[in-house]
Amino acid sequence: MAWFKKDKTPLAQQEAKKVKVPEGLWTKCSNCSEVIITKEIEKNLNVCPKCNQHFRVSARQRFDLLLDAGSFVEHDQDMVSVDFLQFKDSKSYQERINASVAKGGSKDAIICGAGRIEGTPVQIAIFDFSFMGGSMGSVVGEKITRAIERALDSHTPVVIVSASGGARMQESILSLMQMAKTSAALAKLREKGLPYISVLTDPTTGGVTASFAMLGDVNIAEPKALIGFAGPRVIEQTIRQKLPEGFQRAEYLLDHGMVDIIVERKDMRETLSKILKMLYRP
Amino acid sequence: MATQFYMEFEKPLAELEQKIQELSALSTDTMDLGAEIGKLEKRAEKMRESIFSSLTRWQTAQVARHINRPFTLDYLKLIFTDFIELHGDRNFGDDHAIVAGLANLDGEPVMVMGHQKGRDTKEKVFRNFGMPNPEGYRKALRLMEMAQRFKLPIITFVDTPGAFPGIGAEERGQAEAIARNLREMSRLTVPIIVVITGEGGSGGALAIAVGDRVLMLEFAVYAVISPEGCAAILWSDGTKGAQAAEALKLTAKDIRELEVIDEIVKEPLGGAHRDHQAMAATLHEALARNLKELRQLPAEELVEQRYEKFRKMSRFVE
Ligand SMILES: [Zn+2]
Repeated sequence: MAWFKKDKTPLAQQEAKKVKVPEGLWTKCSNCSEVIITKEIEKNLNVCPKCNQHFRVSARQRFDLLLDAGSFVEHDQDMVSVDFLQFKDSKSYQERINASVAKGGSKDAIICGAGRIEGTPVQIAIFDFSFMGGSMGSVVGEKITRAIERALDSHTPVVIVSASGGARMQESILSLMQMAKTSAALAKLREKGLPYISVLTDPTTGGVTASFAMLGDVNIAEPKALIGFAGPRVIEQTIRQKLPEGFQRAEYLLDHGMVDIIVERKDMRETLSKILKMLYRP
Repeated sequence: MATQFYMEFEKPLAELEQKIQELSALSTDTMDLGAEIGKLEKRAEKMRESIFSSLTRWQTAQVARHINRPFTLDYLKLIFTDFIELHGDRNFGDDHAIVAGLANLDGEPVMVMGHQKGRDTKEKVFRNFGMPNPEGYRKALRLMEMAQRFKLPIITFVDTPGAFPGIGAEERGQAEAIARNLREMSRLTVPIIVVITGEGGSGGALAIAVGDRVLMLEFAVYAVISPEGCAAILWSDGTKGAQAAEALKLTAKDIRELEVIDEIVKEPLGGAHRDHQAMAATLHEALARNLKELRQLPAEELVEQRYEKFRKMSRFVE
C-alpha cells in the first residue's frame, strides 16, 4: 500500500530544493524556480509568493494555522509504535521508529487532540509526514479512532488533515486493519449526524486515501496536492503508458468528482469554520 | 488431475509422480508392477506431507497463487446451489474481476461474492487477473446492501493480488470505492462471513473482507502489500520477494497469531489445487457452522461485535 519510495524521496527532495540556496536565506522555488527570501515564504505560510506553490508544512505549524490560539489540548501523545513482527529490511523497524522519534517532532506520524476553529469545538488529527512518510500503523489508526470516539462522546465534529504515503509495511496485516477500524468509527460518527471534514494535503495516497481520507462529508484538498490510491510509478509500470498531465493532482480529482473543493492554505481555517458552522448543531 | 502444474519446490515430488505414471502405463497382466507402484505412492505421500508441512512463507505464497487453486466460481459450484450471477454497479459497468449473486447454501438463500481470477490467458485478461476496478467494489456493495434489505447473510471469497492500479481506476475513485465499502460493511445488519481463499492483497482484498467471521485457508496469504511490491520499495529490488514474504508474516498461522482471522481452514494434503472437492467439503462445513452461530445473534449485537472485533486490532505501547 505504501507505494511511495519511502520517506527520503518526496520530503527530502522538496526540502533540499527549498533550502539549498545560500545559507537558507534564499530559497529557490521547486515549481517556478524563482529565488525568494526564505523568510518571505515562511511568512506566506510556506507557499511560494510568486506562483502559489504549496510546500509542505509540519503538523505543529498546521495546528497554529487552523486552531484558535491556546485552544489545543493534545491527546494520546505518548502512544508509540512497537516492532511486534521484528520486521527488518536494511534497518529494523525498531531502529526506524527510534530514529524518527529522536528527530524530536512527534512520537508517531499523527498528532491528535481537541481544539476550536473560530469558536467551533473539533476533534482534530493532523499527520506528520516527516515521521516515516506519514505512514499509518497501529498508532495512527488507534489515535484517529480514539479521536472519532471522543467526538462521539463529546458530540463534536472531526477534522483530519492527511499527508501520508499509506499503510506502514512494517506492521503488515495490522496496518491494513487500521483502514477498517478507522472507517468503522467514521460510520458511527455519520450515524450520529456529526460532521467530518477531510483535508487532503500533499501527498495523500494508499491505505490512507482508501479509508478515512476519502470519507469526509466534505473533502477539501490543497492546491496541486498529490492524491491517489496507487502511486504514479506503480501505475506507470503496470499499464506501461504515460500518465496524463496533472494526473492525481488535486485539480484532477476535483474534475473527476473526488474532492469537493480546493482551498488555499491561507483560506483553510476560514473555510473550515464556515462549513462547520453550517453543518454542526451543538 | 489432468494437467498438474508443479511449483519449484515440488520438483522431487513431480519426478516421483511421473515415475508412478510411467510404471502404471507399463503394468500389464504378465508384468504386475502393483507392488512397486504402491511403494512409490507411499513414498510420494510421505514426501508431500513433509514438503507441505514445512513450507516457507514465500512457498506458501506460490501455493496461494497456484493456477489450479479453486477460485470463487469453483466454490460456487461445489458448495452452493442455484447460483444466479448478478451484474453491474448501476453506475459505470460490470467488473469481471468480482463475481456476485444469489445462491442457496444448504437450502437457505445467501448473497455470495468474491474476486475471480482466470486460468487460461484469455480468461485471465477477461478477469483482469483478479484485480478489481472501482465498479467491482461498487457492485459488491450494491449487492451487500440488497442482502441487508432482504435479510440474507453475506459470504465473500477473497483472492486478489490487489485493486487494479490504472488510470481509469484512479479517475473513477478506486480509493473512495474501497473506503466506502469498509465503512458500510462495518454497519450491515446481516451476518458476514469472509474467506481468504488465495491471495489477500491489501486494500483490494479488505474492501470485501470486513466481516463477523474471517476464515483463512491454510495456504492462503494476507498482507498489506505483495511480497514483490514490498521488496521493490524496501529492498529496491522486486526480486527479493522471498525475503519480503518472510518479513511480512503473511501466512494463515501468522495472521491467526495476530488475531486478525478467526479460523484456519485445513487444506487437502498438497494444497487445495490438488483436490477441489475435498477443499470445498471442508469449507462447506466451516461456513455452515459459522453461519449457524451468527444467525443466533440479534442484528444490533452482530454489528457491535463486528465493530469491537476490528477495534481491537492493533499493537502499540503508551
Ligand atoms: Zn514558485
